[in-house]
Amino acid sequence: MIRALILSLGLLAALPAVAETAAPAVPPPEQVVAGLSENQIAITATFNGSDILVFGAVKRQTPPPDGAPLQVIVTLEGPPNPVDISRKGHVWGIWINTERARVTSAPAFYAIATSGPLNQVLSQTEDLRYKITIPQAIQDTGVASQVPDGEAFINALIRIRKDQGLYVLDQGTVAVEQATLFHTDIRLPANLTEGLYKARIFLTRNGQVVDVHNTDIRVRKMGLERWLYELAKNQPPVYGLLSLVIAIAAGWLASAVFRLAKR
Amino acid sequence: MQIYLPIAEVSVNIFLLLGIGGGVGLLSGIFGVGGGFLITPLLLFIGIPPGVAVATGANQVVAASVSGLLVHIRRGTVDFRMGTVMLIGGFVGSNIGIYVFELMKQAGQTELFVQFSYVFFMGAIGTMMFQESFRAIRRARSGAPPPTSRSRSRHGWAQRGPFKVKFRTSGLYISVLPPLGIGLMVGFLSATMGVGGGFILVPAMIYLLGMNTRVVVGTSLFQIIFVTAYSVMAHAITNQSVDMALAVLLIVGGVVGAQIGTVIGFRLKAEQLRILLAILVLAVSVKIGLDLVLTPSDLYSIRSVNHP
Repeated sequence: MIRALILSLGLLAALPAVAETAAPAVPPPEQVVAGLSENQIAITATFNGSDILVFGAVKRQTPPPDGAPLQVIVTLEGPPNPVDISRKGHVWGIWINTERARVTSAPAFYAIATSGPLNQVLSQTEDLRYKITIPQAIQDTGVASQVPDGEAFINALIRIRKDQGLYVLDQGTVAVEQATLFHTDIRLPANLTEGLYKARIFLTRNGQVVDVHNTDIRVRKMGLERWLYELAKNQPPVYGLLSLVIAIAAGWLASAVFRLAKR
Repeated sequence: MQIYLPIAEVSVNIFLLLGIGGGVGLLSGIFGVGGGFLITPLLLFIGIPPGVAVATGANQVVAASVSGLLVHIRRGTVDFRMGTVMLIGGFVGSNIGIYVFELMKQAGQTELFVQFSYVFFMGAIGTMMFQESFRAIRRARSGAPPPTSRSRSRHGWAQRGPFKVKFRTSGLYISVLPPLGIGLMVGFLSATMGVGGGFILVPAMIYLLGMNTRVVVGTSLFQIIFVTAYSVMAHAITNQSVDMALAVLLIVGGVVGAQIGTVIGFRLKAEQLRILLAILVLAVSVKIGLDLVLTPSDLYSIRSVNHP
């Protein structure tokens, strides 16, 4: 499986047009072989977040080059959604939402873990190319045309999601041993939305990306959560009636128990 | 212990939800109101999205009201004819409310709209109730006999209007238009604020219609059940924003709290109950009003577009 992935990565790299996520020029002197502790996460009623262990090794045909040490960056990106960002203004003595900007696509979750300080591990041009840091993960084209100070809106989005634990930057949390083995834990918070989460593992030297490995984690509501969610979306009248039946039954039960208790 | 709510898509502590349900149930048991006016702001406070908070709050009110209504039916203190007339108005108001709610959602002002409704309606009702019960307490202290408020209302505007109907249980022969109008208002509030509207309905029936006080609470519960149930269905169908897991936890807490509350309620005098409820209603409206006026801690808010 991993071999097949590496093979396909090598094939992708052979195509010059695929610049976004494919590996750089063939054959990379150092290749990343990586795995995740889980590639399925079930959101059940008791879901309280989850830890994903990302681990791997560097595969080489030749001895490691001298100079800058090998660095590793791991990103985990949740499903993207459009997001409305509102800003309150003071109108007639009260605070109401006066300005609104829509970001076409922002990941519902984005975590980035590195083996060192980000500015040493990754150059700006490589960041632009691979869209690695949090601001790069948000597609903010068009925001500037909606509000005069679009950057403030984007910053607010990042700040709020960071406070909610949905956007995470962990510098220096990827442990690299003997320039070959690496591992890190990525914490998925409890307020997760379902969808396909994309994991990327970058090898860098001197801020330049040497190799990249892509894999997915499927996050899905399961059991009762799945059933209620599907029912609410697909059978709204049935779901509404069921909610009412529960409420009426509970009300009747309370009254009956109360009457018994009084006797 | 956390629970992941399938529709709200947030993870909340179970005991916090049981506590909120229980606390509100306790108060609703003491005062004989549904408690929706407390549930919705509390849910917003713990991070439930506004749409889910309003729709699920309404579901909780259904449970609380059914429990109360059954007691009143056994005692024969429900005016079904009056309740039905107000219901017809309630359905119209509920539809208007859901439509307006959707408009506000599109304009990104849901929160402001809900807050405004709270400050305005609860501020007005709270003040009225506070004045009335304060006077009643002072009267009781001075030992003067209670005024015969029914003689005043018997000749009020409700008697002069067209389409007069006889409401035997309430002891009234009045125009159907005022009950229709009051029902409409309550339906509107139920759909937009997630409240049953008992705190408006009860004083309106006593002071505006001059109904027999004995049947007011039962009749109000009768009408509230149908209006809030209708709101739940409408929200479930148009917004898919009723969170059943959240509702069940609130209901379980609420049912237990309401039973304890009823016992406490029996030990208090009627006017003491009314003044305490008035203070509670005023406190909520002042708190929400201050949030509108004071500089918010964060000027920015975000909303995922595909989220309820």
